[in-house]
Amino acid sequence: MAHKAELDRILEALDATKTIDGLQSIVDQVCGVFGVDHAMYHWVDSAGDHYHFGTYPQTWVERYQEMAYVRVDPVVAGCYQRFHPVDWKRLDWSPKPAREFLKDALEHGVGNQGYSIPIRGPNGQFAVFTVSHNCDDEAWEKLTERCSRDMILMAHYFNRKALEFEPSRSPEQAQPLSPREVDALTLLAIGYSRAQVAKTLSISEHTLRVYIESARFKLGAINTTHAIARAMTLGFIVV
Amino acid sequence: MLRYIYGHDLHNHADLAHSMFRDRADQFQARLGWEVQVDRNGEERDQYDQLDPLYVIWEMPDGSHGGSMRFLPTTGPVMVNDVFLDLAGGVPICSPLIWECTRFCLSPDAGANVAGALTLGGVEIMRNFSVQHFAGVFDRRMVRIYRSLGFSPDIIGTQGEGRERICLGLWEYTPEVYLNVASLAGIAPELSQLWFDRSFGSASAAAPMALTG
Repeated sequence: MAHKAELDRILEALDATKTIDGLQSIVDQVCGVFGVDHAMYHWVDSAGDHYHFGTYPQTWVERYQEMAYVRVDPVVAGCYQRFHPVDWKRLDWSPKPAREFLKDALEHGVGNQGYSIPIRGPNGQFAVFTVSHNCDDEAWEKLTERCSRDMILMAHYFNRKALEFEPSRSPEQAQPLSPREVDALTLLAIGYSRAQVAKTLSISEHTLRVYIESARFKLGAINTTHAIARAMTLGFIVV
Repeated sequence: MLRYIYGHDLHNHADLAHSMFRDRADQFQARLGWEVQVDRNGEERDQYDQLDPLYVIWEMPDGSHGGSMRFLPTTGPVMVNDVFLDLAGGVPICSPLIWECTRFCLSPDAGANVAGALTLGGVEIMRNFSVQHFAGVFDRRMVRIYRSLGFSPDIIGTQGEGRERICLGLWEYTPEVYLNVASLAGIAPELSQLWFDRSFGSASAAAPMALTG
């Protein structure tokens, strides 16, 4: 699938990024791969400082600050202290300030649809990854249904990367894989089918899927092939 | 009805929350004999209740607790990794697409349909929030009950013998599971979605974002 291959490339680039500016260029590509107008990443570090980057027009970013929209933006209230992804349609836009805010956002090209993913990081760190778009409800539902899981993973990978830039933070090693995960990925790497791997390790295919899912997340990968490649590059598995 | 409530919002449902923690004490300490902490108000809580989890709670007609479960994403501290790591063969489970489910509890006064309704609430979370799997540790006697609810886990590991035997299970979401669980619970999917929307807001075409007001 072209979509997955493109996601792979973005995650490679994300992994190699050494600066916050680098993240900005990657967020542009994220829009392309999901087929949305905008993607934004916003985080509050453990010291309470705010950072954000993304594709919203600069005029809107300035307008948002000037109007102190953070106080009326339903997305902020809807994501704070939560860990489930939020479709903007589910938020309460009925208060007058929220409606005026939305009108202004639409005029600035933010889009009439949005999906925001809150992330609880370590030590009180908090982040929200948002994609927004202009389309009808049906098209939006199709898009979120197709991409929501990849968007959630992308959100967490962005956050993991952003945490590397916290000044007080020592660089984090890639999380080591457990022996079972190494076994599973090694067998897949040498061409075993999932059924063969499960049989060899005396586990069900279902269990195997969870091992792979967990390893994939630790490795910052979007699919199994990418996870195997990453594990080899990092020297976790040797084939 | 089912309610979905984050820990930080429990104070808005004080009676419901109190009866939930009391029923948990009754189930886990008095009936199952687990070594859990019960405070002087008779409420059972542990450190995961401090992490602002998401609860699914069946509210009885009188406003009290009929049954509940507790969810946390496995990207943060969870029991399967902190307490039961051996059960997973030493593999910490960690993914935003896998949430942990704990403290499945039923009130002694709960009707026969409450377990099914709670299960449906869990699947409703998976369906709406793109959660692929739940992970959880349970007593072996629950295997038969999960089957009767239409949502059987895949058992990854077991520990102990006989009555002491516990299992680590993984539940996978599929659209078929949702319909099956709803049918066994005797609850129409539309009603279940309505309860969910009451807690999380509606995503239906009624267009709360429309700029007509």
